[in-house]
Amino acid sequence: MEALFAIAIGALTSCAVYLLLRARTYPVLLGLTLLSYAVNLFLFASGRLVMASAPLTDQGLEHFPDPIPQALVLTAIVIGFGMTALMVVLALRAIRATGGDHVDGGER
Amino acid sequence: MNHLPIAPILLPLIAGSVLLLSTRWPPNARRAFSLAAVVGQLVVASMLFVMVREGPVLVYALGGWAPPFGIVLVVDRLAAALLVLAGTVACASLLYAVASDKETSAPRFHALFQFQLLGIQGAFLTGDLFNLFVFFEVLLIASYALLLHGLTADRVKAALHVVVLNLIGSALFLLGVALIYGVAGTLNFADLARVIPALTSADAPLARTGALLLLVVFALKSALLPLGFWLPRAYGAAAAAVAALFAVLTKVGVYAVLRVYPLAFGPQAGELANVAEAWILPLALATLAFGALGVLAARSLRIAAGWVVVYSVGSLLVAVALFSEVGYAAAIYYMVHSTLASAALFLVVDLVAGDRTSAGDRLDTADAMPHGALLGSFFFFTVMAVAGLPPLSGFVGKVLILDASRGHPAAALIWSSLLGAALVVIVALSRAGSAVFWRTLAPSGGARAPRPSLAALAAPAAILGCIAALVAWGGSATAFAQAVGRDLANPAVYVDAVLGGGHAQLDDRRRLR
Amino acid sequence: MLLSFVILLPLLGALLPTALSRTLGVDPARTAAALAAASLALILSQAPSVLAGATLVSGWSWIPEAGLNATFRLDGFGFLFALLILGIGLLVILYSRYYLAPEESKERFYGLLLLFMGAMLGVVLAENLLLLVTFWELTSLSSFLLIGFWRHDADARRGARLALMVTGAGGLALLAGVLLIGHVVGSFELSDVLASGPVIKAHPLYETMLVLVLLGAFTKSAQFPFHFWLPHAMAAPTPVSAYLHSATMVKAGVFLLGRLFPAFAGTETWFYIVSGVGLTTQLFAAYVAFFRHDLKGLLAYSTVSHLGLITLLFGFGTPAGAVAAVFHIINHAVFKASLFMAAGIVDHETGTRDMRRLSGLARFMPWTAALATIAAGAMAGVPLLNGFLSKEMFFAETLQVQWLGAQYWMLPVAATLAGVFTVAYSTRFVHDVFFGAPPQGLARVPHEPPRWMKVPVEILVGLCLLVGLLPALIVDPLLRAASGAVLQAPLPEYSLALWHGFNLPVIMSVVALTGGAIIYFAQRYYFGLHGYRQQRLDGRTVAEWLVAHAVAGSRQLVDRVANASLQRYVLLLLLATLGVGLVGARGLSLAPIDELTPPDALAVVLTAALLIAAVAATALHARRLLALVLIGVVGLVVSLAFVRFSAPDLALTQLLVEIVTVLLLLLALYFMPAESPRESSGLRRARDAVVAVAAGLGAGLLAWAVLTRPFSTIAWYYLENAKPQGGGYNVVNVILVDFRGFDTLGEITVLGIAAVAIVALLQELRLDAPQRDWDGRPWATERHPLMLRVLARPLLPLALLVSVYLFLRGHNAPGGGFIAGLVTGTAILLQYVAYGSDWARQRLPWNYSTAIALGLLLATATGLASWAFGAPFLTSTFGYVHWPVVGEFELASAMMFDLGIYVVVVGVVMVIVGRLGAMSGSAGRDA
Repeated sequence: MEALFAIAIGALTSCAVYLLLRARTYPVLLGLTLLSYAVNLFLFASGRLVMASAPLTDQGLEHFPDPIPQALVLTAIVIGFGMTALMVVLALRAIRATGGDHVDGGER
Repeated sequence: MNHLPIAPILLPLIAGSVLLLSTRWPPNARRAFSLAAVVGQLVVASMLFVMVREGPVLVYALGGWAPPFGIVLVVDRLAAALLVLAGTVACASLLYAVASDKETSAPRFHALFQFQLLGIQGAFLTGDLFNLFVFFEVLLIASYALLLHGLTADRVKAALHVVVLNLIGSALFLLGVALIYGVAGTLNFADLARVIPALTSADAPLARTGALLLLVVFALKSALLPLGFWLPRAYGAAAAAVAALFAVLTKVGVYAVLRVYPLAFGPQAGELANVAEAWILPLALATLAFGALGVLAARSLRIAAGWVVVYSVGSLLVAVALFSEVGYAAAIYYMVHSTLASAALFLVVDLVAGDRTSAGDRLDTADAMPHGALLGSFFFFTVMAVAGLPPLSGFVGKVLILDASRGHPAAALIWSSLLGAALVVIVALSRAGSAVFWRTLAPSGGARAPRPSLAALAAPAAILGCIAALVAWGGSATAFAQAVGRDLANPAVYVDAVLGGGHAQLDDRRRLR
Repeated sequence: MLLSFVILLPLLGALLPTALSRTLGVDPARTAAALAAASLALILSQAPSVLAGATLVSGWSWIPEAGLNATFRLDGFGFLFALLILGIGLLVILYSRYYLAPEESKERFYGLLLLFMGAMLGVVLAENLLLLVTFWELTSLSSFLLIGFWRHDADARRGARLALMVTGAGGLALLAGVLLIGHVVGSFELSDVLASGPVIKAHPLYETMLVLVLLGAFTKSAQFPFHFWLPHAMAAPTPVSAYLHSATMVKAGVFLLGRLFPAFAGTETWFYIVSGVGLTTQLFAAYVAFFRHDLKGLLAYSTVSHLGLITLLFGFGTPAGAVAAVFHIINHAVFKASLFMAAGIVDHETGTRDMRRLSGLARFMPWTAALATIAAGAMAGVPLLNGFLSKEMFFAETLQVQWLGAQYWMLPVAATLAGVFTVAYSTRFVHDVFFGAPPQGLARVPHEPPRWMKVPVEILVGLCLLVGLLPALIVDPLLRAASGAVLQAPLPEYSLALWHGFNLPVIMSVVALTGGAIIYFAQRYYFGLHGYRQQRLDGRTVAEWLVAHAVAGSRQLVDRVANASLQRYVLLLLLATLGVGLVGARGLSLAPIDELTPPDALAVVLTAALLIAAVAATALHARRLLALVLIGVVGLVVSLAFVRFSAPDLALTQLLVEIVTVLLLLLALYFMPAESPRESSGLRRARDAVVAVAAGLGAGLLAWAVLTRPFSTIAWYYLENAKPQGGGYNVVNVILVDFRGFDTLGEITVLGIAAVAIVALLQELRLDAPQRDWDGRPWATERHPLMLRVLARPLLPLALLVSVYLFLRGHNAPGGGFIAGLVTGTAILLQYVAYGSDWARQRLPWNYSTAIALGLLLATATGLASWAFGAPFLTSTFGYVHWPVVGEFELASAMMFDLGIYVVVVGVVMVIVGRLGAMSGSAGRDA
């Protein structure tokens, strides 16, 4: 499991980084989305992997995943959502303001 | 119980939310409310400052959950000083924004201004690594909105760059948090200070990587090169009042460095002792030098002001990079000075640009300014402060840094860089000044700029006044800086204040599997 | 106290001339004169004790941490300079009153003059060396402003910048030197420094300190090779040149040599550097001066030359040398100031300073001519004038030097040679201007200047005579006190007699006088002195070339490096990250320390799906819609992973956020080109791929390392206390709304701000959707897909029910305000997408920005409520109530907080996507 998880994180990071280095706002957006997936998984991983026992204490107190990383990831997801949304609209505004969707404005 | 420590967070939060509802208010009511809120924050900050000036550390456990389990706010000398600094600059910038009357037409502006302060002051106060991340995000998203305010093409372009870079930065922040939590199992600064030194050599590399990733993030925020190239254009594009407030923003990154590394990764941190030291000094020197060249290369006053920020961050981080008691002291004094100076510079430059109807802030020949004498003197004093010329606080700060670095192995390099860069900045700004104020044509009968309003002049004047006070009462100012230096050099003060003298009960940290 | 007043009077008084003339219409000159006179009176009140050899030190501690104290010192040397500064200052003020044209701003002029006066007094009266440096820089600044007084004259601006650059650089060097001195001596107070000469000279840093301090002194006193700024400073109004650039400011350098004499002088290094520079300067400048055609140019170089002479005398390092130096400081100040004023008068009366156009002015202004002739005589060292005496002392000293051994004769010869040229240019100054045929083609017929313009010159020339005739009576007490203060030791034997018998110095003087006269007349009448063309290469050209190239160079550099390319900046950020990652992770072992969870088929399949989708999305990113769908798949797998690893809340959240995000991107795509052009070169793509793979490897390995080692956390606390303390079984939810509710408050604030920012961004943003974009790429055209219409209608009420349920159970089971909010939001959103904004807005007429604000306030208010119970912000409580239908139900105050979150989230989702959807709707209609 751990190996698969790590591989997934690595792959997502690679793809994200490659997209981040593109010259148009849209692929950069996708890159940022992938990056946030990777990072959220990583943050989640800091609590290690525990199968089949949600942190719901009504079924007793044994063998639990660390709830903190889960809470942190949740916060991170939400913040990430706000940021992505802003970025999307900013990209649109940039097209309007600079006449193109190049990351440095205009068409280059 | 004393709720004052959280006031700097609640005031802007509530004020901001209320201002969001203020769409139907008359503009002046909105401005008055916003100003009142900012002044209130300055008052609160000053009260906190008075409380901790003599050394006590205020700890506020949110939700009543004892640290390290809950989130705590911590007010020590360093945090209090920066709160006062932020409050001062905020008052001046907002006053200018209101007076210059260009920026404050939109109802949103004031709400965003408050939220910006919320983020900044939260970052100064929090004692929890992840909560620091949250406040960084608050401060960032507010700064994007403020930077965009007005929506000119170059603001949009600059904002796009700033947003993308900082989104990556936030990702790195989370990676750092994950790595540190993944081995330390806690997020509270004080608790980290306790746990990190005890890490096994198997876990140390992960924590070290985490610490260095955080350093990258802080460097990006504080515009340490090679991560600071975005700053001059962004700050230069922003509205003057916003740029002035941003002068505080870069210092949040520096604050984070001062907060985290001496505490958790200081000399006492065993395997992880002084992880940041080797990196900051060379980069800070490069930043210093490049920033100075940037000022020299600038073709307009605003861009020059942007590079001045980079230059001063460089000098500031040189002091930080010494990671010594005197270094910290010099850093805190210079941090206050350079923040005020850069803020004043942005405001003054805007006044000048407004008075040169045709040429704006471009460094080329134009009609003589209608109010050249008045604005010239403003510009002159601001530049004296920025360039570290005596008798203003920049000089004292420079002396403190030079003095602090005297014993350092690289002292010769540090001294020559600091003094050389200072000379370059003097030359550059004297050129700029003579180009703008002296090399002028006889006023052609064009439209004559109106005299800047008293309030608009009062804003930079107030900041310059603070700069003067920083010298006039330099004795107590530097003495305070020394006290901060002592605090940072002895993390035990902070740790004991947060966790209480005996942290025994925390030591049963159970494995989950 | 008194001393600080001496300085503060002019320094703070600098604003008075303006203020008084604006308010009461007082002549600025009178104000300035009054302040200077008052200051002078204060100084003179101390004359008796100082002339008796006393040293007054007073002041207070200012910034001890920086070693900067406001301590002042008045001894003979400082007293002498204070006299020069204030005395000559007064005369200059009087003189300028008639010199300045009526239309010129007298307020500014006198204000700056006072500023300089105060700064200069500070330099000579400072006891603390850092204080001295402070005032030192202030003199540079005020000099910069005074040289640039005629701001419209390009030469004035350039001269001012040049002066600031050279003296400013020197000032920084001096600062470094002083800091080192303070470090070595352990104090910045002069009394301590002067007392610890042996320590300083023995210290390994002695040479460094010496060189740094000398850099300061030489730049200020225009010593070779830093002399070039001074002639260009002559672009300043003549009174300024007379005051700053001959009598006072340029003397600051030699003042420093004298001030630190006991601490530094007397070593071989000192002798070779100081006297070497001094001699070179004296000779070279005297030669150049002779060939200048501009009156002020000649005087400027002669000033340089005389400063060289003084430097040379200090360089000898002997007591007698120092005495002679001090004496010459006095004499030079007196005669040179008067000469500048005379030159000013000539300029003022004839409109030119070019000696090739001037001649025979004695006819028109005999009195001025007489005065100028006497002063020039003093400069040349003609007997019975003050210059003669110090010149004799100088010649005598050159014969006493020990260091040179067999080459002892070089110094006297060089000195005599310099003397020859001094005489030559002095003769030229007088003869070219005042004698010979009447001048041709002058603008106006010259005549004597106004009475009071001459008075200052008369006084100064009178002094030349008095000192020259009755030295012992007039100047000796002052000279003794000053020299004593310089040496900090008993004075050597010296006599100020006019005649010491027929000795070598006298011969040298005779040689100089005759030789100088011969050279002048020979040049004038046989070698065409007036045809001589000024040499091309000049320090200013070099300096300005340097600056110009520095500017151009840094522009190239900055434009090249900080080239406003996001791709560049992102790459730098990523490389920095990889760099620190490599260093940070050194010594990281990848061997699993903990027992691993065995993989299962489903996990493998999912991972494979994720990899394929991600890689495909990256590879096909140019085809934007397809890429988006693939990203959606990735997000789905991620949320499944959360399910798999027991994080139901995360899974739900991730899923919903995923939907909204994809929706958002879809809408955005509607206004964007459907494809990215392929523009980066293959090489660039390969490079990026390498970076990407490196980053992936790094992240993967780190994750592996984290996952495969045990760790201990504080989590147990939350698990144990979630129910008893927080009142909920769902630990994650309890953490979010209670343990770490503060994070959540910040998080929804971020959402709120994002919404506000987006509303701002969408202001009057009307993007109509053309069929093709700029370079013919076709646009995506998906709108209101039918599938959605069918789905959406029944979804809304259902979704509302679900969200209520999710909200209520959130505290104990997966769910909570945030998730509920997203459900509601998404459902409402679907209506927009399915039916277009207008339809939806009619049915859902709320202002969502208000909702956001209210939600924030609600959450905050909930937190504040706990204050009423004396508990900190966000302290929660909970109880159980019996609800109909639902039955026994728990109510936690945290749920109010959660409700706030719910409201904000709904509002945000609506604002963010709704606005965009609205645009697409209307734009759709336009299209």
